[in-house]
Amino acid sequence: MDARRKSEPTPMKNRTTVERKSERELVVTRTFNAPARLVFEAWTKPELFRQWWVPMSMGMSLLSCEMDVRAGGKYRLEFAHGDSKAAFFGTYKEVTPHSRLVWTNEESDEGSVTTVTFEEKGGNTLLVMHELYPSKEALDAAGTGAADVMVETFAQLDELLVTLGASMGRS
Amino acid sequence: MVQYSQARFDASFAALSDATRRGVLEQLGRANASITDLAEKFHMTLTGMKKHVHVLERAGLVTTAKVGRVRTCKLGLRRLEEEATWIERYRQLWDARFDELDKVVGELKRKEKVDGRKKKE
Repeated sequence: MDARRKSEPTPMKNRTTVERKSERELVVTRTFNAPARLVFEAWTKPELFRQWWVPMSMGMSLLSCEMDVRAGGKYRLEFAHGDSKAAFFGTYKEVTPHSRLVWTNEESDEGSVTTVTFEEKGGNTLLVMHELYPSKEALDAAGTGAADVMVETFAQLDELLVTLGASMGRS
Repeated sequence: MVQYSQARFDASFAALSDATRRGVLEQLGRANASITDLAEKFHMTLTGMKKHVHVLERAGLVTTAKVGRVRTCKLGLRRLEEEATWIERYRQLWDARFDELDKVVGELKRKEKVDGRKKKE
């Protein structure tokens, strides 16, 4: 898996952190070695957004990506995973160029509100993504759901944990 | 707040990539065992088994304790369970996304430089 990475002259990889700030809140942070206006552009132009939102490791493909990036505008992303399809949609609540994006997720009544801020410091951009869910259960469900996307990578580990759990329960 | 170490997670996966080591974990899930027991069960030399146990130990999946002349191994599962929580998976998902976003932003940066140069000329 690392062979490709080693052959590329990647300067340094910034760390992605995820913290559960409360029962209903999740915060993801990452720094990008570019000014905020470029990072913001990559989040708000569909032709750029679709290049990164669905990484290869997700084992999914993005069928369509519509984004009307302005307060009150809608977005809709459609995915295919094998034979099944899924859609991800909602409304932009706030769009402040180069610094702040807020949108809702409307696939269910338990959808989250996501706030992304872009803070430029010395030519780099600190991105903070804050997700607020209506309840602890909604966050748990969404978290496991999103995590399930990585199923292929983790299937082996899950299987082993189940086996181990079962054999430990017996003794 | 809890932050999960990527290095530890990688170590867990490397440890789990080998069939013998997975077998050892299953075995230890049933009962603790000495390295000699394990070597016999898996038809391996003592040295070979010691290496496997060492990899599992480093990943925090197994703990060992020497009692007299016998080294007993037991499952150290708690850390694996902790790391396997969905938060780590979620982090990996975003990490993969952001690696791709790095490329997109890098490309924009390059374009801007080229365009900037053209304007000056």
